[in-house]
Amino acid sequence: MKFSDIFSGLVLMALSLLILLTVKDYPDIPGQNIGPGAFPGLLAALLALCSALLILKGIRTQRHTPWLVWGDWMKSALHLRNFCITIGCLVFYITASDFLGFLICSALVLLTMFTALGVRLKWVLPLSIVVSLVVHTIFYKALRVPLPWGLLMPIQW
Amino acid sequence: MTTAVLLQAFWLVFDPYVLLVIFCSAMFGLFVGCIPGLSATMATALLVPITFFMPPVPAIAAIVTATAMAIFSGDIPGALLRIPGTPASAAYTDEAYQMTLKGQAELALGAGLVFSAIGGLFGTLVMILFSPALAEIALKFSSFEYFWLVVLGLAGAVFIGNASVLKACITLLLGLLIACIGLENPAGMPRFTFGMKELMSGVELIPMMVGMFAVSELLRYITNMDPPHLIAAEKIGNIFSGMWGLLKKYRWPLVRGSALGTVIGIQPGSGADMASWLSYAMSKKFSKEPEKFGTGHVEGIVESGAANNSSLAGAWIPAIVFGIPGDSITAIAIGVLYLKNMNPGPMIFINNPENIYAIFLVFILANIIMVPLGWLTVKIATKILRVQRNVLMPIILIFCIVGSFSINNSVWGVTLILFFGLAAFLLEENGFPVAPAILGVVLGTMMEENFITSMIKSDGDPLVFFTRPIAMWLAIGTIVILLWPVFTWAYQRASRARAL
Repeated sequence: MKFSDIFSGLVLMALSLLILLTVKDYPDIPGQNIGPGAFPGLLAALLALCSALLILKGIRTQRHTPWLVWGDWMKSALHLRNFCITIGCLVFYITASDFLGFLICSALVLLTMFTALGVRLKWVLPLSIVVSLVVHTIFYKALRVPLPWGLLMPIQW
Repeated sequence: MTTAVLLQAFWLVFDPYVLLVIFCSAMFGLFVGCIPGLSATMATALLVPITFFMPPVPAIAAIVTATAMAIFSGDIPGALLRIPGTPASAAYTDEAYQMTLKGQAELALGAGLVFSAIGGLFGTLVMILFSPALAEIALKFSSFEYFWLVVLGLAGAVFIGNASVLKACITLLLGLLIACIGLENPAGMPRFTFGMKELMSGVELIPMMVGMFAVSELLRYITNMDPPHLIAAEKIGNIFSGMWGLLKKYRWPLVRGSALGTVIGIQPGSGADMASWLSYAMSKKFSKEPEKFGTGHVEGIVESGAANNSSLAGAWIPAIVFGIPGDSITAIAIGVLYLKNMNPGPMIFINNPENIYAIFLVFILANIIMVPLGWLTVKIATKILRVQRNVLMPIILIFCIVGSFSINNSVWGVTLILFFGLAAFLLEENGFPVAPAILGVVLGTMMEENFITSMIKSDGDPLVFFTRPIAMWLAIGTIVILLWPVFTWAYQRASRARAL
C-alpha cells in the first residue's frame, strides 16, 4: 500500500499543525520563560518543514502517480485475507482476553492463524493447545506474569 | 581496586544461572538468525520481555549473546538459500551462494564463523580499551555538550546510509514526538495523553519495539509473495579446514574490516548492516583480485563478516559511555538498562564498574562460544531451514502478545504492539526507515531534559550552546553533518554548470 509523497506530506503537515495548536496553550514553568510546549513545538515546526519539503518533492517527481497505489499482495485474495486475519487476531485478543482468559484466546488465535497459513489440518488443534499450554507455563508459572484465566477461573492451576 | 572489581565481574558472569542464560540465548540467536525473515533486531525485541524478569547482568548478557549469534547465523541461509538470514549478511549473500554452487559451502560458512568471532573480539578489545577513557572525558560534559552529542547521534542516524534523508528525518521527528507523550517532562505536565491514563507514563518502549520489529516483520512475512527458495547444498563438511590459510592470506583485510566495523558501530545510527556493506565495497576496492568478487570469492566474506560482528561491540561504546545508542539493537538494550536502574552514562563506571566489566566479559565469552555453537548450527542447518515458517510465525505472534502484556500486566501493551506493528509496516512499505524513530524515542527525553536545562541555565539565550569549548566543537561537527547534503547538492550543481 503505497501513498504518494504528496499525500504523506499533507497528512504529516496536518499532524504537525495539530501538535503546534495543542502546545500553544501549554503554560510556562513558573518563573521561567520556557515551558513544556517548547520542545514538542520545535519538533512540530521541524516536522512541518520536512512535510513541506516532501510535498514539494512529490510535486516535482510524482505529479502523475495516484495518491494511493495498492500493493501486489493486496490484489491477492489469499495474502489480503491472511493480513486481515493477523490484525483481527490481535484485536480479538485485546477485546476478549479478559473475559475468555489467555488459554482460550491463545488457542483460538493459533487455531485461526495455523489454518489460515495452511498448516496440515491434523496438526492444527494439537499444536494450538500444546503451544498455548507451554507459553502459559513459561510466563505464568516460571516468570509469574498474571495471565488472565477468564472462563477457566474455576479450574485454575 | 581494579582486580577486586574484575573478580566481582567474574563472579557475576560465571554464575551458573548467567551461563545458562548465555547458552540459551546463544541457541535462540543462532536459530532466529538462521531463519530468513527473522532479524537480529527481532531476536532482541522478542528477548526483552523475558530479560525484564532477570537481574541486570544476565539481562544484558542475553541480548549481547543473542545478537552476536544472530548476526553470524544470518550467513547460513545466505550461503544455502541465497536469502540473507539477517540484513547484516545481505552484502555478501550472493558471494556466499556462488561459493556454495561451486561446492565450497564449507569454506564460505567457515570463513563467516571464524572471522565473525575474530571481528567480534576485535570490537570488544576496542570497547574495553576506549570506553573507560571516554567516560573520563564524558564526566566533564554538561547539559550543553550532552545536547549536542544527542543531536550529533541523531544526525548520524538520519544522514548515514538512508536512501531518503528527508524520510529518515521525518521518522526521527515522529520518534522524538512520541517520546514527548506523558508526564515525563521538565514541567511534569501531561502532554498528548488524550485523557487516557495509560499514556500518562508515556509510551512503553518494550511493546513499541516488539510492535515495530517483531509484529511488522510478521506482517511482512504474511504479505510476502516470493516463491520459496531451494536449499543449494544438502551436506556440509568440515567448516574449519583451510581457515588457517585464509587467516594468513587475508590478515590485513581482516584487520581493516574489523576496524571499519568498529568505527561504524561507534557512529550512532549505523549498525551491522552498514558495516558489512561498506567493508564489502572496501574489500573489493583494495583487493588484488577485484575481478573475482561476485563469482564466489572468499575475500569479501572474510572482511565484511568480521566487520558486521565488530560493529556490534562498537555500537556499545557510545551506548555505555553516553547513553546514546549506536544502532537499533543498542537502543533496545539502553531501554533495558534504564529499566534495570543501571542508567548508562559515565557515572556507571564509578557506581557500578563491576557491571561494566561483566558486560565486557560477556562479549568475550559470546564471541568465543560462537565458534563451537556456530559449528553445531551449521551441522544441523539444513534441518533448521526446513522448519515450517507457517508454524513458527503464529507462535511468534503469541510470544509478542504475552511479552507485551507482561510489561504492565495489562492488555494495553498488546494494543501498543498492534498500533506500532501496523505503523512500522506502513512506514517501511512507503520507504520511511524505522530505526531513526526508535533512536528518537530512546533519546527524546534525554534531549529535551538537556535542552530545557541548558535554556534555563542560560536565561533563554541560545548562544550559550556554542560558547563552551567542547560544546562548540560538537556543535561544529553536528552542523557540518546537517549541512552535508546541502554542500554536496551545491557542489553537484556547480560542477554540472561548469560541464555545460
